Amino acid sequence: MTWSEMSPLLSQACWDTLYMVGWSALVAVVGGLPLGILLVLTDRGGLLQNVLANRVIGQIVNVARSMPFIILMVALMTFTRWITGTTIGREAAIVPLAIGAIPFFARLVETAVREVDGGLVEAVQSMGGDTWTIVRKVLVPESLPSLIAGTTTTIVALIGYSAMAGTVGAGGLGDIAIRYGYQRFETELMWITVAILAVVISLVQFAGDFAARSLHGRSGRSGPAPKLRLLKAT
Amino acid sequence: MTSLPYQGTPTPAYSTATETPVITTTDLTKVYRSRGREVTALDGVDLHVREGEVYGVIGQSGAGKSSLIRCVNLLERPTSGTVTVAGQDLTALAGRGPRAGKELRRARSRIGMVFQHFNLLSSRTVQDNVELPLEILGKSGKERSRKALELLDLVGLADKAGAYPAQLSGGQKQRVGIARALAGDPKVLLSDEATSALDPETTRSILQLLRDLNRQLGLTVLLITHEMDVVKSICDSAALMEHGRIVESGTVSELLATPGSELASALFPVDGEATGDDRTVVDVTFHGEAATQPVISQLSRTYNIDISILGAAIDTVGGLQVGRMRIELPGRYEDNVVPIGFLREQGLQIDVVGQEPVLLVEGAK
Repeated sequence: MTWSEMSPLLSQACWDTLYMVGWSALVAVVGGLPLGILLVLTDRGGLLQNVLANRVIGQIVNVARSMPFIILMVALMTFTRWITGTTIGREAAIVPLAIGAIPFFARLVETAVREVDGGLVEAVQSMGGDTWTIVRKVLVPESLPSLIAGTTTTIVALIGYSAMAGTVGAGGLGDIAIRYGYQRFETELMWITVAILAVVISLVQFAGDFAARSLHGRSGRSGPAPKLRLLKAT
Repeated sequence: MTSLPYQGTPTPAYSTATETPVITTTDLTKVYRSRGREVTALDGVDLHVREGEVYGVIGQSGAGKSSLIRCVNLLERPTSGTVTVAGQDLTALAGRGPRAGKELRRARSRIGMVFQHFNLLSSRTVQDNVELPLEILGKSGKERSRKALELLDLVGLADKAGAYPAQLSGGQKQRVGIARALAGDPKVLLSDEATSALDPETTRSILQLLRDLNRQLGLTVLLITHEMDVVKSICDSAALMEHGRIVESGTVSELLATPGSELASALFPVDGEATGDDRTVVDVTFHGEAATQPVISQLSRTYNIDISILGAAIDTVGGLQVGRMRIELPGRYEDNVVPIGFLREQGLQIDVVGQEPVLLVEGAK
């Protein structure tokens, strides 16, 4: 294959990947954030303690996370058709990608929110704040650097999943690597695709780390943080 | 020889304590249940804090202080008993669910609280931290920033409004915590070991600030601590907690006047042994009016006796000079009945060391 043959293929694939990953990441964040917060709030000793609800949400998240993506894609076909009107193409791939990423992100949110110091929650309660105030003004802003790191991890995972979206004709970089590179022995194209994927993932990771770090920096935690932590522990 | 009692720095302000009760708990109990085990943190606590006073609850860790202060604004739900703050029965507002209803949240917003670990939001600037309670109260942006800057000025941190908590020292963080606690114009400030994470120097300045706020704003302060020095330096009244009960309580003068008060002897420890058999050792307790009289030198002059001071602990508590002194008079008790009688006439509480407790009772007033 010559470069002039590869170039339109690759640019279309890049665009497809970004399109799928972008939309599904957005849905994952919008869906996973409240779910993750609910997991914390409904837990034993949480502000909205509800052991039954916590267990049900936790189980749904576990089942969804344990399903291999390709099976999830097939299992969700009826739902996908209901949402997008089709089961093939980029739009159709977004649905299973997003559904697969929501529980993944929700667990990351849960971990991040659990890290927030309970004393801050108590402080806001003592000011007369309700649960919603605590979520908006304490849990989310205080865990923001971790939430951004979790979003980065989710986007990287979604880029990986999106390789399998080719099975429903959605295209994308991973699909090119599999169909042209692996199945048609176009080794050169395969390596170029892999290189592009590596660059894309590095960029995402870099941007995410930068955003998380600048937030840390804003609150000064990057500098004297270890010392302060020690003080707090005593 | 000496004019007593003497103390270092004069405090011009006097106690703002009134007789109006502002925090009252009745038969408060708190039992924690976990995995079939029960732990009683509070066991029938009756607390009476008067308006405008600084009230210290002291006790070792595990005595129930922390549960007590959290029950006052119902961050902890008491198992039984009632809590009344500023005439409002909070336990009645609490409802039955574990979540705080609107009424209780409104009542909480009028009770300030400061914490041992400051509990400032690291994602917000100092000013935004102080504005947080005002946001909860639904104040406008302009009003919030005016009030926040005013409070930061009051605690001496006007120049740090734009800083983040991580850039502040421990003492500065606690000042922000205090400014934040005052944002809702509370009548009552709860202090949960506010100085326990601070060094002695900073502790003094934070206590001074609390004292000033108490004087200037008539703010009632209920604080819990495990440090006797905290009680000694700013409290008008104190209570000693052990195993979930209040074992002693009262104003510092009242405690001093109580023979055998553990709190009084911890606040004003005196010791020293008689230097010989034919000596009489007497503990003189100063509190109230008599504390301003130079009684020891009067005693010495009137009866022409040599008085040795074995030990003394005199301090200013709540603007009054109070304390204890252990003195030694020559001769046995029988020889000193008249001088001791003189001291009692001055309104001092006299405990003759090594004598029958019946004399102690006579000594108290």
